[in-house]
Amino acid sequence: MDVFLTTWKTNFLPPFLEPLLYLVAMGLGFGVLIGQVVYEGQFIDYIKFLAPGLIAISIMNSAFFECTYGSYVRMHYQKTFDAIIATPLSIEDVITGEILWGATKSLINSLIVLAVVIVAGLASFPGLIVIPFIAFLTGLMFASLAMIFTAIIPNIDSFNYPFFLLITPMFLFGGTFFPLSVLPSWGQTTALLLPLTHTTNLIRDLSFNMLLPVDLIGLLYVALLTVITFFVSVHLMKKRLIK
Amino acid sequence: MRAVIRAERLRKTFDSLVAVDNIDFEVNEGECFGFLGPNGAGKTTTMRMICCTSPVTKGMLEVLGMNVTENPREIKALIGVAPQENNLDPDFSVLKNLTTYARYFDMPRQIAQDRAKGLLDFMHLKEKADVLIPDLSGGMKRRLIIARALMNEPRILILDEPTTGLDPQARHVIWDKIRELKSKGVTVLITTHYMDEAEQLCDRLVIMERGKILVEGDPKRLIDEIIGMGVIEIANPSKELELYLEVRGLASERVNDRVYIYTHDVDTVNRDIMSNFSITFSAMRKATLEDVFLKLTGRGLRD
Ligand SMILES: Nc1ncnc2c1ncn2[C@@H]1O[C@H](COP(=O)(O)OP(=O)(O)OP(=O)(O)O)[C@@H](O)[C@H]1O
Ligand SMILES: [Mg+2]
Repeated sequence: MDVFLTTWKTNFLPPFLEPLLYLVAMGLGFGVLIGQVVYEGQFIDYIKFLAPGLIAISIMNSAFFECTYGSYVRMHYQKTFDAIIATPLSIEDVITGEILWGATKSLINSLIVLAVVIVAGLASFPGLIVIPFIAFLTGLMFASLAMIFTAIIPNIDSFNYPFFLLITPMFLFGGTFFPLSVLPSWGQTTALLLPLTHTTNLIRDLSFNMLLPVDLIGLLYVALLTVITFFVSVHLMKKRLIK
Repeated sequence: MRAVIRAERLRKTFDSLVAVDNIDFEVNEGECFGFLGPNGAGKTTTMRMICCTSPVTKGMLEVLGMNVTENPREIKALIGVAPQENNLDPDFSVLKNLTTYARYFDMPRQIAQDRAKGLLDFMHLKEKADVLIPDLSGGMKRRLIIARALMNEPRILILDEPTTGLDPQARHVIWDKIRELKSKGVTVLITTHYMDEAEQLCDRLVIMERGKILVEGDPKRLIDEIIGMGVIEIANPSKELELYLEVRGLASERVNDRVYIYTHDVDTVNRDIMSNFSITFSAMRKATLEDVFLKLTGRGLRD
């Protein structure tokens, strides 16, 4: 517990502001044009459809940003990892701490977005009570995934690649801004490979109180990807740092 | 005397580069032990293996009776490390750097706070407790790194070039503190490029080069055995003088336009030379560890 608290740095401003801006701009703006969308056979107000997607985005952005740029700065520029592994802690402890911290940031930021969503009446009990747990869990997944890039990246500018090739496509096609059912079937299948799609689905279905079989698959996907990316990232980090 | 660090045929390679090449040494409890050697000799690499932050390639390395490969956590809890490279946290204040570090040792908050304050006092950093790291001078940073290494009240303190880049005052403060710690029974391991520092502080030392240990021993004895009592330095020696030195069997070394004569009997040798040759410049001085170092490792620059 103690480990990740130490990496506490007070800079969690933008990651929740961005989704809130989208909520206003897209939700209110587009909402007027679009009106309602069909999701899982039901007609839903666009802004209500959009809100869970933005919670998911805030989860993804927070953890991914923290465990790429944030971790890289601590590792490479501030040599914090070197300082810590001279104490009884090991590199596994350090990476675990970073990932827990990334997930904690996802939790904090998504709670802020969630609070706005609740106030705006866009999510309902009791499903929304589970959302913070899902936020933390999927936060762990995005943090571990980010840590893999941090372990292999040659310099800080190279983070452009995972952001452009992974985060931006997920942002747009992860079931966030439109129902995936409008995509051709190959598009839907591809979207289901993306971690954000499952995050969005889980959170959306929870905020609508409609758990579907696909959500269990989503949960399994999240658990599995988290475990795999966690071990891969620890392994790669050891390779990078232990010489 | 009990050995607190034992290395046998210790070896470390980075791909094809041999950084530490089958070295043996023992560090005894309560002594100050030095690692000297030119850049790239393998000092830091050896230190990092002792600190359990760099895996041993081959050989045996024991710290406080425990193997570095098997018990890194236990060993790291009992040693204090001040690395060559500054890795203080720039986002935290001086005091917070110490208390945060203490958390990694699972130290109760109150104890950490008390110790941190005590150590800031000890290292003359009390007034700087609330200052951020980027606002410290180089000497203050080095002192803080040593203070940080002392947070867990280590039995062995490992200092990798603690005084590099510091002014004479700051160096003397650090020397005083090292002596004070030694008198409290802390074993100190130190690397340095300052020969006077090693001569002043170390009970025993090794001189390394290209991963190997060239000599080991008490600095006074090494000077005595390898160089002698004193050195006579003569500028622009004539061919005749060099021949004379050879015939008399005097240990000497020619470096550019100077010749250095190493001898136990500086006065007599100097008098003889002065009466037989016309010398434009000569100087006599006590032999130092620097003479030993240069004689053993040569005068060429390392790449
Ligand atoms: N992480 C590393 N990867 C590859 N080679 C390394 C690494 N660390 C050290 N070396 C090499 O090992 C050799 C010994 O380096 P080391 O840092 O131990 O020297 P040193 O005696 O501490 O030198 P200095 O006085 O300059 O600090 C050098 O040739 C160095 O280039
Ligand atoms: Mg070094």
